[in-house]
Amino acid sequence: MSQWVRIGIKTRIKTTHYPAQAETAPGVSPGLPQGGAYAAADVSSLVNLCPTKAISPGLVKDSLIVDYRRCIHCFRCVHGATTPLRWEKGWQWAAGGQKCDGVASGPEGNRLGRVFARSVHIIVVDAGDCGACLNEVKQLNNPYYNMHRLGFFLTPTPRHADILLVVGPLTEHMRLPLLKTYEAMPTPKRVIAVGACALSGGVFGPSFISGAGVGQALPVDVQVPGHPPPPLAILHGLLVAVGRQTPATITSGAPVSLEATTR
Amino acid sequence: MNSSDLSQQMAQRWHDQVRMHTEPQRSCCEMECPAGLLPEIARWLFAELDYSFAGLIVEEDPAQWALRYEFHRAREDAPVQVLVRRALDEKTFPSISDCVHAADWHEREAEDMFGLLFEGHPRLGDFILHDDVWPEGVEPMRHQFNAQRSVPERRPNPHWRLRRIVQAPGAFAMPIGPVFSGLAESVHFQLETVGEDVIRCVPRLFYKYRGIEKIAEGRSPEDVLLLAERFCATSAFAHALSFSQAMETIGGVAPPPRARRLRVFLAELERLRHHVAALEGICESTALTVAASQMALLQEELLRLGGALTGHRYLFGLLTPGGLRCDLEDGACRRAIAATRDILRRLRQLEKMLQFSSSFLDRLEEVGVVGTKDARTHGLVGPVARASGVVRDLRKVLPYCDYEAFTFETPMESEGDGYARLRILFAEAAQSASIMQQAGAALCAGPVHTPCPSRPGAALGWVEAPRGAAFCWLRISEDGQVARYRLMPPSFANWHGLHLATENFAFQDFPIILATFDLSVAENDR
Repeated sequence: MSQWVRIGIKTRIKTTHYPAQAETAPGVSPGLPQGGAYAAADVSSLVNLCPTKAISPGLVKDSLIVDYRRCIHCFRCVHGATTPLRWEKGWQWAAGGQKCDGVASGPEGNRLGRVFARSVHIIVVDAGDCGACLNEVKQLNNPYYNMHRLGFFLTPTPRHADILLVVGPLTEHMRLPLLKTYEAMPTPKRVIAVGACALSGGVFGPSFISGAGVGQALPVDVQVPGHPPPPLAILHGLLVAVGRQTPATITSGAPVSLEATTR
Repeated sequence: MNSSDLSQQMAQRWHDQVRMHTEPQRSCCEMECPAGLLPEIARWLFAELDYSFAGLIVEEDPAQWALRYEFHRAREDAPVQVLVRRALDEKTFPSISDCVHAADWHEREAEDMFGLLFEGHPRLGDFILHDDVWPEGVEPMRHQFNAQRSVPERRPNPHWRLRRIVQAPGAFAMPIGPVFSGLAESVHFQLETVGEDVIRCVPRLFYKYRGIEKIAEGRSPEDVLLLAERFCATSAFAHALSFSQAMETIGGVAPPPRARRLRVFLAELERLRHHVAALEGICESTALTVAASQMALLQEELLRLGGALTGHRYLFGLLTPGGLRCDLEDGACRRAIAATRDILRRLRQLEKMLQFSSSFLDRLEEVGVVGTKDARTHGLVGPVARASGVVRDLRKVLPYCDYEAFTFETPMESEGDGYARLRILFAEAAQSASIMQQAGAALCAGPVHTPCPSRPGAALGWVEAPRGAAFCWLRISEDGQVARYRLMPPSFANWHGLHLATENFAFQDFPIILATFDLSVAENDR
């Protein structure tokens, strides 16, 4: 077995330095489209290109708003457009809950707080996921991301879990298992919805069998957009949940009130 | 055997009861027969002529049912479609699953979704629509059922139990799932036992059923492409490719050569990544942590490679009927090939090390054995079938995207145990890297897209997905929208055969057998 020890040591440390330093390797994130000012001629064509209505005209003239809850990374606003939408290859996308829309509602807000800052146990529930979000969560356990170094651990039992991480649009058959899991968790507990499907139903819901996201069944504390969100975005979401990173906004290019524009 | 030989033989046996209809440009041979003859013809094709069963397609025409049974065999033979029509009020059909066992789940699905009855089928009941949640008589795939109607709150019956099979003193059933084991997909298992060994393994699936086939109806092909790409992300490119190819067959266009080669290039990149992930799963199930971490490194590198090359780590948003949405640079492809060469070198090194890790091999060898006969009658596909001596690779049998221009061998093993499946995954990963190199070298200049019209018609699309043969049936209506999108994914075939491997093996082997079977719940539940 010594060969395995040897190869382990020879591989050296591969782990990213995020959040201490930015990760610059290519291909870690697909990025997200950016709202804001666009030429008047492009606004309506870009709005029409989006199959999930994630892009809408802004309140300010000649501007666009992108709702990240609906963006499914189809790239039609890039590959199919005469003037493509601006894309940014970041990943710090995690926003606050659906009620407070990225704004902390108190000193601790809806975060778990300092007590949990370095020891958080996570249970993952697959509520109809296509395999991508789940696989990206799985990558957090691999040496490149290694979420243990930041104090995050996966647990198979809800009794030990502080955070419920949900992926998928919430199919009818998974509603009861999800609710049972949530009820079995001790308080305080937080819910992170990961991926466009968990936030809005994605391409699947709402329909006769899948819902329009996890928010219909549970109070969501942190929203991680992306289709799927890359591992670093999910890591950012976890850090937001424990108050170690500041949340982003769930829309891009929104002028003032989110409530008024993202309906 | 070409279609004229086949039609001669048919004429000899059944005279003019069976009508043959060949479509040369679609290279598909349609046989329409009365319902009563169906079992006989299916047995003849499957047992005597060695055809494989690909799936059952049920269509509800305005006036009648049309059931299409897909068969295919070898490169020289056209795929055969046995067609049975009946008036809408006649809902009983003969079952073929006693001889073509692979049709078992297809018939159960048709019963659940359309309310059809299959005479002679042994076990119909709780399947896609769970019996504890849905009342009797809901038939979601019928035209009158509204797919957009949102779900009314339903209270599951707490007293409902999955039926138990083993009735012996001391017998008990161990339930697992649907939420279990950290990062597993949602599925429930009922393992029945009287002690150490699993006697009966009953997977209960479709917790993740998203009704793709239903919600696709009435949408534009562009929208359905999104569904095809997103119902199973670990083989997204393969399923989007099968959809695009069906669209291209209906539209009568062929994508330009550069697009075809790039498609092969990306499909093999996806296969390589999938196989590395499957190998990681096997290492993890045997608790060989270092090997699992090494595989995880390779998987993440392949994900990043896809991300850097195409913009998306799971290759979303690139395929479109008629070619690709955007071109890839030759230089980027060359760099990707160089990177895969390095990944393959490290994969080979890990393979060698695993071959000498006795604690690892002990958990795989002679565990979860599936015999060749069982693999064939259950219609297993992909690496699982090839480890049990059933080869049938669609890239060879029904070549698409110029696969015939590339040199590769489909690996085959005959032991049918976990170790054979592991070896197949390693061998196929190496083949994929080699095909990527060939496709990269054969890239020619030119466009990557031909406009593909949305004409009315129907066609079969197929692709050798990472987990095996994937078929889809696409019908476009007069108004250019999708009228029927039937998915026959490889996991649906292989989940049906999982019990062959798990039964009569010890409990502690179960997770390992599951890992070597390389199943996707998302792909099955669709």
